[in-house]
Amino acid sequence: MSSIGTGYDVSVSTYSPDGRVFQVEYAGKAVENSGTAIGIRVKDGVVLAVEKLVQSKLLVPGANRRIQNVDRHVGIATAGLLADGRHIVKRAREEAQSWRDVYRLPIDGKNIASRVGDYVAAYTLYSSVRPFGSSTIIAAMDTTGPKLYMVEPSGLYWGYHGTAIGKGRQVAKTEIEKLNLEEMTCREAVKHAARIIYNVHDDAKDKEFELELSWVCEESKGLHQIVPKEIADEAETLAKAALNDDDMDDD
Amino acid sequence: MSGLKPGEVNLGTSIMAVEFAHGVIIGADSRTTTGSYIANRVTDKLTEVHDTIYCCRSGSAADTQAVADIVHYYLQMYSVQNGKPTVPLAASLFQELCYQNKDGLSAGIIVGGWDKENGGSVWNVPLGGSLHRQPFAIGGSGSTYIYGYCDATYRDGMNQEECIEFVKNSLALAMSRDGSSGGVIRMAVITEKGVERIFVPGDKLPVHWQG
Repeated sequence: MSSIGTGYDVSVSTYSPDGRVFQVEYAGKAVENSGTAIGIRVKDGVVLAVEKLVQSKLLVPGANRRIQNVDRHVGIATAGLLADGRHIVKRAREEAQSWRDVYRLPIDGKNIASRVGDYVAAYTLYSSVRPFGSSTIIAAMDTTGPKLYMVEPSGLYWGYHGTAIGKGRQVAKTEIEKLNLEEMTCREAVKHAARIIYNVHDDAKDKEFELELSWVCEESKGLHQIVPKEIADEAETLAKAALNDDDMDDD
Repeated sequence: MSGLKPGEVNLGTSIMAVEFAHGVIIGADSRTTTGSYIANRVTDKLTEVHDTIYCCRSGSAADTQAVADIVHYYLQMYSVQNGKPTVPLAASLFQELCYQNKDGLSAGIIVGGWDKENGGSVWNVPLGGSLHRQPFAIGGSGSTYIYGYCDATYRDGMNQEECIEFVKNSLALAMSRDGSSGGVIRMAVITEKGVERIFVPGDKLPVHWQG
């Protein structure tokens, strides 16, 4: 059924006759056109990687970060509208802090995902607001191990072994499926993550991008942090080399 | 404003909690007073807030009951969503309530219990709403008389029987000196297996020097 011009796509508080909320689906489109973000959960931690498309050469390197800290043990990668992503991260930080205030404990993966999911879902219920044009990948380490969640603009969230959002999500997901995540360490996962981001990047359409890499693992003592420079540089070098190999195969 | 209002029911009390290898032992006297009148001589000041988490209440009966009820509710909600709460989590809820409402409350609470993560643990939440983990804690008006006895008698690594004797003797001493404490001794042994209640009648209390 065509949705154009029927009037059912202007508000989140009106369903279409076949039970869809088009504004939420459009919000999903904003995510689909964004630079790729992936999350990989392995035996000792979680790795996040983002293909941050650089809008202008005049921007300072490292500007407009898309992986951010939420708590000491929680990190979020965003895809879609940058400002919406920042807003969700701000809320996630408040939720993590309020959990600490009440319970004197770091929030666990399930609960931070649930809190963020509830918040995002609330923006799909009222005609006075617009749904978030941003999906978030949540990486956390709690008492029961590493956790990975992805929250969609609808507020829906699932736990994952590996996930990808943005332009290159299909290829990235296929690549992640090939990995033996149960036996992999974060050290290896960082290399795979870098390789996948370089792999899905389409330099015909988008010229410049920065690779953002973060992890929360045993090596980082359970803290979410940017992957240390030497390790990230090595992963990036390997990723570029793998890309060149692929090109040669094509010939 | 801390302090009792005219006519308010008081738990002028002797309470204590002790950690041991497999859990904690908590104990209390049973006297509740309104001024010089004993409103209840068989009070139970050991209050369950979750399966293996208890609190010992001292101060205003009304205030501490209300606080314990709120914590009980929070822990019920928490366990439905997240599984069993830990003792420090429960203690943190007590502390938060006691600190945020310090101007209106007179409550001195000792939290004790067992959980999978920490084993047995004892947490003291005294009048101002601070929070302290201790190997053992004493509280209430009667406790002032037994600081010396407890410090001299307590040893690390006591077994269950030794701990029960320590609690029973300490409380009996406190009850004999403190006019606001008395009646019977109620105790509870909280371990992985659950809670075992112990009752010592008023005519079977340990007898010390009577002068």
